Amino acid sequence: MTLPFDAVTAVLLIPAAAAALLAALPGYRITARINVAAALLTFLAALSLFFERPQPGPYLLVDDLNNVFIVLTTFVAFTTSVFSASYIDHELHIGRLTPTFLRFYHAMYQVLMFAMNLALVANNIGLMWVAIELATLTTVLMVGIYRTHEALEAAWKYFILGSVGIALALFGTILIYMAARPAIGEGLPAMVWTNLVARAGEFDPALLNVAFVFLLLGYGTKVGLAPLHAWLPDAHAEGPTPISAVLSGLLLNVALYALLRFKMLLAANPYAVAPGPLMVLLGLISLIFASFMLYRRRDIKRMFAYSSIEHMGIITFAFGIGGPLANFAGLLHMTMHSLTKSAIFFAVGHIAQVKGTQKIADMSGLTVTNPVLGWGLVIGVVAIAGLPPFGIFMSEFLLVTSAFVREPWLAILLVFGILLGFGALLLRLNSIAFGEPRGPSAEADASYLPMYSHLAIVFVAGIYIPPAIVTWFQNVAKLLG
Amino acid sequence: MRGLSFDVAHLLAGGLVFVSFMQLYQDRLSALLNTFALHAMVLTLSVAWQAYVQDAPHLYVTALIALVFKAIVIPVALHRIIVRLGIHRQIDKVVGVGVTMLLGMGLVALSMVVMLRVTADADPLAREDLAFALAVVLLGLLMMVTRRNAVSQVVGFMSIENGLVLAATGAKGMPLVVEISIAFSILIAFIVIGIFLFRIRERFDTVDIQALDRFRGEQS
Repeated sequence: MTLPFDAVTAVLLIPAAAAALLAALPGYRITARINVAAALLTFLAALSLFFERPQPGPYLLVDDLNNVFIVLTTFVAFTTSVFSASYIDHELHIGRLTPTFLRFYHAMYQVLMFAMNLALVANNIGLMWVAIELATLTTVLMVGIYRTHEALEAAWKYFILGSVGIALALFGTILIYMAARPAIGEGLPAMVWTNLVARAGEFDPALLNVAFVFLLLGYGTKVGLAPLHAWLPDAHAEGPTPISAVLSGLLLNVALYALLRFKMLLAANPYAVAPGPLMVLLGLISLIFASFMLYRRRDIKRMFAYSSIEHMGIITFAFGIGGPLANFAGLLHMTMHSLTKSAIFFAVGHIAQVKGTQKIADMSGLTVTNPVLGWGLVIGVVAIAGLPPFGIFMSEFLLVTSAFVREPWLAILLVFGILLGFGALLLRLNSIAFGEPRGPSAEADASYLPMYSHLAIVFVAGIYIPPAIVTWFQNVAKLLG
Repeated sequence: MRGLSFDVAHLLAGGLVFVSFMQLYQDRLSALLNTFALHAMVLTLSVAWQAYVQDAPHLYVTALIALVFKAIVIPVALHRIIVRLGIHRQIDKVVGVGVTMLLGMGLVALSMVVMLRVTADADPLAREDLAFALAVVLLGLLMMVTRRNAVSQVVGFMSIENGLVLAATGAKGMPLVVEISIAFSILIAFIVIGIFLFRIRERFDTVDIQALDRFRGEQS
């Protein structure tokens, strides 16, 4: 290679450099553009990983599994930065944010990108933990940025629950090291994931089991799985909407990715407990609980936050069932959910700005007052509810059929949960989109491109997925076991 | 020597659990902060002893960080914050002392049962350390649950971190990367907390979490 550094370094360095630059620069117009440019560059660097990837080192690793995650993360981060530029313009205009806070906001956005990319490419379980903790702390600060009562409460709750989760995850990480030490030897090699998975068969199974319980609870808090989800709706509802989009679309995935890595570790040890049933259980609880909660929402961002819990439940369920087909469905569902949910948050952000409220009751009749946004939201909700011809229908269909073959009783619960959530979403959608027109109808100063490009991808994926991507996902699904 | 090194490590790790119990029943904030400083002190001794026993000089750095940041800088800073807010004499209790202590004993028993059983063939030093570390982590969690004052929740969080450091140093040869990161995370966490306390004060004139609970986004 002739380049002074490879694409993995670029994926990490561009956001880090951009963060430093954005922290130093005044003037929000230019910083918003730099933010977009940096996100685009990172995305391009991530795309190049498909063609050429470096050898795994003791710290960094790119394989088929995390390549999918990296490309998805950087793509959504890029489109969100485009959305964020127009969103922030309005927030500054109405005085909810001051220029100083905006500078902080942009710098933090890039720090968050850096942390998420680092967590994804980390080959070292300690480094991965550090990166996820950094991402959490960054989002805590972003959630509290409006400094209202609600925002502070949400940020505090997120901080406390997040740190408890991260503490449990670190304990689990230490236990994994303890399990690996007799087989691999002391020091750095015993924390390198590629070594761990190669030698996992020799580890003490009892220690691995306990470690996985801690990791599942710890990283599960970040995924938003049901008994540990309390931070998620508040954090989504009270922070700036671009951050809600990034939280739902990306950070939850990153935490799930960490969980998947450890699941693979356990699966490689024949004597350890099977991690699948635990994940299936937590996934089902999240799905059904969140679906019930959807019915009582009055706040639009809170509603879609619960919908995220529901979908993370479905994805966790899919990976818990395991096997090539269910894993494939899980991966597809995760990709589709990220794209759809961030598109929905793009629409919701502009809608809340136009209407000046997040209350569902005050924004009915959107397709009449703001047709472009209103129909965008309709398409998004139809997609997220799992109706054909969108991608989520495909993945849910695959998952349900494979679950019926493997575990019919669990599949019935799964279908029950999905239908429950479906009903709640359509009920709300009806009043939001087609009810009596209410509230101001001023045209939003919005960029519709990010939202509609996501929806277009989801639509196309529901009809036709290129064979190259299918084989790629199949390989990853096999890797996941 | 083998016997002595084990006994001292055991004593210090047990001491940490003991100080965790002491934290549980402190009902004044300033007393709680003093107890936390003691907690960090015991941790420092324990880490330093591990550094000596394992002949791992990098652990002295961890011990130094524990001493400077956690035993001195943070308690002093928090003292100043609570004095400035005028809450240093405030009494803060949700669940009674007796119940909390009983719950704490249950948690310690739980961590002994879990950790000693699964680490049957690990070396005895690491075993005991892990069991005690889990106990400290769980007691810290218990403290965060039973307190409602923002400052005491922060202290609870930091004692959880102390438990994690104890576990990390007990795991022989764990790379330095992780220890530095732990120290860093505490520092960052402290900055975050500082900002939060500042903002909470600015907005509510109280650091009582119950006041925050009033502002739940959704009244249906």
